[in-house]
Amino acid sequence: MNALLSSALHASAALVLVLLNGVVLVFMLRRMIGRMHLRRGGLHAGPGGVIQTAADVLKLLSKEGTRPGGVNRWVYAIAPMAVFVPSLVAYAALPFSETLRITRLDTGLLFTFAVLSVVPLGVIAGSLASASNRALIGAMRVVARQLACSVPLLLSVLPVVMITGTLDLGDIVNYQTGLWSGAFPRWFAIPLLPSLAIFTTAALCGLDRTVFDIHGIEPGPESGLAGEYSAMRFGLLCISEFGNVFVISALAVTVFFGGWTLPFVPLDLQSSIGPVVFLIKTYTLVFLFLWTRSVLPRVRTDQLMDLGWKWLIPLSIVWIMLVGLVVKASLPGTVV
Amino acid sequence: MSETVSGPVFAILAFACIGGAIGMLSARNTIHAALWLSEVMLAVAGLYLLLSAEYLAVVQVLIYASAMSVVVLFIIMLTLREREGPVRMADFSIGGGILAGLTGVILYMALADRGDRISAMPVEPSGTAALGELLFGRWTLPLEVAALILLVSLVAAVWWSREVDS
Repeated sequence: MNALLSSALHASAALVLVLLNGVVLVFMLRRMIGRMHLRRGGLHAGPGGVIQTAADVLKLLSKEGTRPGGVNRWVYAIAPMAVFVPSLVAYAALPFSETLRITRLDTGLLFTFAVLSVVPLGVIAGSLASASNRALIGAMRVVARQLACSVPLLLSVLPVVMITGTLDLGDIVNYQTGLWSGAFPRWFAIPLLPSLAIFTTAALCGLDRTVFDIHGIEPGPESGLAGEYSAMRFGLLCISEFGNVFVISALAVTVFFGGWTLPFVPLDLQSSIGPVVFLIKTYTLVFLFLWTRSVLPRVRTDQLMDLGWKWLIPLSIVWIMLVGLVVKASLPGTVV
Repeated sequence: MSETVSGPVFAILAFACIGGAIGMLSARNTIHAALWLSEVMLAVAGLYLLLSAEYLAVVQVLIYASAMSVVVLFIIMLTLREREGPVRMADFSIGGGILAGLTGVILYMALADRGDRISAMPVEPSGTAALGELLFGRWTLPLEVAALILLVSLVAAVWWSREVDS
């Protein structure tokens, strides 16, 4: 196939996935948090309210986009795109199965972290452009939180890279096929449990953002930057948030839970059900993230900074050194 | 233009780089300057990618482009007293011009001196693993020295800010 056409198709597939994922996650969030908080809502459109989210999307698409007074027009217009595009690009390296992925990258793991780290730039640009101090304070918190969390997040996957010797997400999954002593899947979640713990904590910190606080699809005064936008620009910010939840969960599945593979299942069967397995695993993790979010109280910003800088980063560095010693001791010669 | 890289893509990225740099220099608002700078960083990452330096491009985005949000944070914390405040004077003085001219001349001389121009891309660009081996094998000492310098400056910055505090 023509290379240009092929990449255009891949990109549109990713776009469809991101948008659909946003709709699915809004529905999931409403239903589960609604149930847990005993405030079930949106029950009347369709059986059990399944059409409610689709109706909301239609509303966002057809709503008039308004612009508050006093904003910096260009930066204000570009900022939602600057938030959304990195979230979209982050899907590029995720391996849905042995063959199904948008592109194969040698540095897939690092690539995903790199593009996700650009998101706060759009957030802070947008909040500066909008003439609202509330948005600015929210954005400063977002950036501080992202910094405190993205460093331990990156450090927590380093042990996996040290053991596998690759940054390619597909190779990391391939390394995890098979069983340990015939009983345990060779997932990194088992030997590298501390890594997984650090990753999950840091991911929860990074993802616990104000958009999750709003109950519907309307921007409220408490939603920080998103409160400054209406219609589809707000929609883009919202989808980007949900897209990041998916990407982080997918990364966790890929790095710690064997990606598209399943233990105890013959290999030829695995290749056909790979994407389904990957999506089920990812949405299970998404569910766990949202569950934690809806059950536990929110953490204050300064507590979050303490957690990130004073606990997670030192812990992950100590853990990296321990793993390094073990790797060096068990594989002499292979690791220079 | 030789046929090492795709011409149109290079042109777009190069103009994005230069345009962003001009935008950064001419922006009156420090935050606009920071945003322009992040655009330059991303365009440079694109240039690396064009040269098949995948790892370098990714690290460029991870370190420089994402650090721009911290720079913006610093601008807000240190200089932004009021919303329309962050105006700086663009320095178009003679001294700056002479310095820029000298740098240009030196760069031109250094580049013109190199006889062996690369005329074709290597068939198999050396990957991330090769870069890692080079970095932690042959160039370990310079790398560690650079890391040490950064650490010293970090400690100094912390110490300095505390001194101002008390």
